[in-house]
Amino acid sequence: MKHLLLGDEAIAQGAIDAGLSGVYAYPGTPSTEITEYIQLSEKRKGDEAKDKIFCQWATNEKTAMEGALGMSYMGKRALVCMKHVGMNVCADAFMNAAITGVNGGLVVVAADDPSMHSSQNEQDSRFYAKFAMIPCLEPSNQQEAYDMMHYAFDLSESLRTPILLRVTTRMAHSRAVVETMDTPREQNELSAPENTNHFILLPAFARKNYAELVDAQADFIQTSEESQYNQYTKGSNPKKAIVTTGIAYNYLMEAIGEASNTHYPLSNSEASILKITQYPLPKALIDQMVADGAEEILVMEEGQPVVEELLRGMVPSSVAVKGRLTGDLPRMGELTPDSVALALSNSEASNSPLPIPELVVGRPPALCQGCGHRDMYAALNEVAREHENAKIFGDIGCYTLGALSPFHAIHACVEMGASITMAKGAADAGQFPSFAVIGDSTFTHSGMTGLLDCVNSKANVVVLISDNLTTGMTGGQDSAGTGRLEAICEGLGVEKEHVRVVVPLPKNMEEIKQVLREEVAYNGTSVVIARRECIQTLKRHLKQNKK
Amino acid sequence: MKRDIILAGVGGQGILSIATVIGEAALKEGLYLKQAEVHGMSQRGGDVQSNLRLSSEPIYSDLIAKGGADIIISLEPMEALRYLPYLKPDGWIVSSCKPFVNIPNYPDIEQVLEHIQAVKNHVLLDVEVLAKEAGAPLQAANMVLLGAAIPMLGIDHDKIVAGVERIFARKGEAVVAANIAAIEAGYSASKH
Repeated sequence: MKHLLLGDEAIAQGAIDAGLSGVYAYPGTPSTEITEYIQLSEKRKGDEAKDKIFCQWATNEKTAMEGALGMSYMGKRALVCMKHVGMNVCADAFMNAAITGVNGGLVVVAADDPSMHSSQNEQDSRFYAKFAMIPCLEPSNQQEAYDMMHYAFDLSESLRTPILLRVTTRMAHSRAVVETMDTPREQNELSAPENTNHFILLPAFARKNYAELVDAQADFIQTSEESQYNQYTKGSNPKKAIVTTGIAYNYLMEAIGEASNTHYPLSNSEASILKITQYPLPKALIDQMVADGAEEILVMEEGQPVVEELLRGMVPSSVAVKGRLTGDLPRMGELTPDSVALALSNSEASNSPLPIPELVVGRPPALCQGCGHRDMYAALNEVAREHENAKIFGDIGCYTLGALSPFHAIHACVEMGASITMAKGAADAGQFPSFAVIGDSTFTHSGMTGLLDCVNSKANVVVLISDNLTTGMTGGQDSAGTGRLEAICEGLGVEKEHVRVVVPLPKNMEEIKQVLREEVAYNGTSVVIARRECIQTLKRHLKQNKK
Repeated sequence: MKRDIILAGVGGQGILSIATVIGEAALKEGLYLKQAEVHGMSQRGGDVQSNLRLSSEPIYSDLIAKGGADIIISLEPMEALRYLPYLKPDGWIVSSCKPFVNIPNYPDIEQVLEHIQAVKNHVLLDVEVLAKEAGAPLQAANMVLLGAAIPMLGIDHDKIVAGVERIFARKGEAVVAANIAAIEAGYSASKH
């Protein structure tokens, strides 16, 4: 059957058709649609269907990774999905899953965001695969993404290792026609591992496992060399060679195909081409490229110069390796058809036919009209201004937009949960007043442990949980703590009278400011929950209720 | 047949629905298609764009190169200009002339329109007024714009209309009729 699918949806359908039993994920652009697609597909199946797939959102990427490892432990196939920075959150579980190995197939999908369309950095998840010493797949198009899920689960089960599948924004969020299987493969039966010692990482056992993982590297490389997904084509002028990874291959083929009719003079179309979509690097294919006479290798990869660095240690020093490190391609940001075509040409590209008129100005994203975060910031800004040096530590979510006009409210935003712990650290250093602003979903993701730190050292901070009852920025997914935030804060030890709840609406402005003032005056840890439903999910709910 | 199209607008205006209808019609025609979208933070009232590529031959890149777009279809005039470097010298701009002002420093609209008019091939329409005149709701303004772009799309008018019918079928006959009226309004306005 043919379907028009986003890269993310192709991954999801591929996993379903490969006999998936559970997907574990925390929302994050550009990975969110994978889990949403599986959830929708389960909903269509109905409650009566057999072979249900577990697909409830996890509290964070670490709990997701561990849940998936547990499902794999019981012999079933599990998928973990996250954005690139989620890999940092689940790193402990991820790294050690490489040491335990797997029972049922376990595939981790990391969606990287080069150019930081919706992220705070552009870290490259391929480093994590190398770090954990496990195979990594990087599909070049949507069809490959679909096909590779089946391959990835098979590979995981035959090599007994987790597999990392890495995509980037343009793959995750681009649609193409994908041919799918007619009937999905059956799920695995429940079966616990024969040797549970493999999953007990006491040093004595872990050393044995790690030695096995080190020994397995040769197998992993050989699998890469024999993989249909890595292809080497000798060119008519093999002195020049091009290595592409993932979707960079498309930009190369586009440039070669367009060479006759664009303003880029293409000089490299006779070059040898090594298309890499599976790691570790296929050493034999690289050796062949060198044996065929490669004197200059241009590396095109989306993200950081991972392959470019590795290649330098794999080819003779007489071979020039070029790419992002040498300035032949931009050091930062995603590749484009233009940057790739430019790297292939010997001359400066002629400028684009038409410039952007100077009067065109930026249109940054903004909080929605009627959003509760707006009223929360309006009140907080007024109270903060009553002090000479108030500091407001922000966090990751729609409310990060409070940094921009008209609020200019927050003074820091680093990673999930950092608002609370940085506000605490600032208070420890002597800052007063010290505020944290964090969303409900981010709070349960990574803020709760920080709040416990605050309680334990009686830190003088005011933590504002801007509770819109959803995970708003990624499109309104369920939030793990909805309905229980007061209980969670009190359970962590915040005094009951210092867990306050307000409704962020313009008519309540005076009351909200008063509550904030009282909690600033309290020398200890306070939580103010500003609770009002996200305007986007509210609209959706009203529409559903009408039907 | 090959058409590279940039769809532009402001988050929430409905550019992805235009892409969905063209995509539906293109698939039915057996064309290859790639469509890169913007999700996430940039949707919150910021500028949004989508690269839509159609071809009778396989397509590699998800993105359109500079100077490669046959058409810029924009629901907002300043947003149309943001992608000018991507337009072919003989490419078309099909844009709404009505500014969406959600920033304090929005430029003089007359100058914005002059820049569009300076492009040889352009169609500027007040899609909201045309939607209203056609008896369609404001939400169908994006279909007026799609109707106006039909002569440049390389897909027949009837096939786009059939695409609209299939896409909106589950929303009922009234919604289908309103959207087709919007398409027709844009189509005839563009031809004149």
